[in-house]
Amino acid sequence: MNQTPAYTTHHPRWYRTRVSTYWWSRKWAYFRFIVRELTSIAVAYVVVLTLVQIQALRQGADEYAEFQELLRKPLLLSLNMIALFFVLYHAITWFNLAPKAVVAHFRGKRISDTLIKASNYVVWLAISGGVIWLLSGG
Amino acid sequence: MVDTITLEVARYRPEREAEPNFQRFDVPFRKDWVVLDALNYIKDKLDTSLSYRWSCRMGVCGSCGMMVNDEPKLTCATFLSDYLPGPVRVEPLRNFPVVRDLVIAMNDFMAKLQQVKPWLVREEEKPLSEGEYLQTPRQLDDYKQFSMCINCLICYAACPVYGLDPHFLGPAAIALAQRYNLDSRDQGAKERLDILSQHDGIWGCTFVGECTKVCPKHVDPAGAIQQYKLEATKEWFKSFLLPWSAK
Repeated sequence: MNQTPAYTTHHPRWYRTRVSTYWWSRKWAYFRFIVRELTSIAVAYVVVLTLVQIQALRQGADEYAEFQELLRKPLLLSLNMIALFFVLYHAITWFNLAPKAVVAHFRGKRISDTLIKASNYVVWLAISGGVIWLLSGG
Repeated sequence: MVDTITLEVARYRPEREAEPNFQRFDVPFRKDWVVLDALNYIKDKLDTSLSYRWSCRMGVCGSCGMMVNDEPKLTCATFLSDYLPGPVRVEPLRNFPVVRDLVIAMNDFMAKLQQVKPWLVREEEKPLSEGEYLQTPRQLDDYKQFSMCINCLICYAACPVYGLDPHFLGPAAIALAQRYNLDSRDQGAKERLDILSQHDGIWGCTFVGECTKVCPKHVDPAGAIQQYKLEATKEWFKSFLLPWSAK
């Protein structure tokens, strides 16, 4: 833990290999993991974009219309499409990992991984549906 | 039908070499031979100086873990026939210092294992006259999966976090801590929490998940770590909201 690992100070003849900076390119599973970590940038971007959108909304109708005009520009549109793809990748892989962390029982039996995954998707779809309903004017 | 298969075995003899190199050996190919059989053949017939660890030859002792074609494997359960036509590259487990040839130093893991107290901790032992500590099948199921760990260190070889930061407690040590935390007879969860909830404990894990994929005993250390992250978070909230109930 916090002290130096037991082997590092002794035995100068033990051979130690340095982990390459490109360790993640050695294996498909490692690469997928790094892509998942990097999708957090897209998540952060969408959060910031939403905050800016709320700010524009607060400033009034003209400012919001201007912001919407900005969102329609091809550069921002393509950037947002890419961000959407990575956010979806992040969300789906997150839901698929959820059963690893959750151990729940029902009537003495462990709830299956599929059910835990499915319940996450149901909640996700319900919230998304609610947001769409709200945005389309209730 | 193939008669022989080539093994490329990593050799490191610290009195002779500054770094490991590969030596090729042609061994007879037999359908029922595992990589460990081929290593034993080399040791018996071709080069008696080859060093490696093994014991039970049946996936129980956990001592014959090595990298086989870049994947961490128990060599007693890895058939040569899966690598035809060869060559088969055998190296010491990754992420550990190499003592000699295929032998790694496991001192670091042994020290970490001890820290998580992988034994039943009781506040007070009941007298023998009261009999054994009984357990229901459901209580056994809660931890049984994690009790299958054989300390083979294959999960550490697959874990890039441990490779990059050897201070990380690591998959097997955490899975074994969880094995005792979930045991209805154990009362040591609070003692283990201090070790497990440190930065180099569960929070060091970034959930690559390879430890679970490579585990030859299907232990799921990644699951143990994520479950404990939830547990530690709950404990933290409890101690934050109800400070008087802590410890």
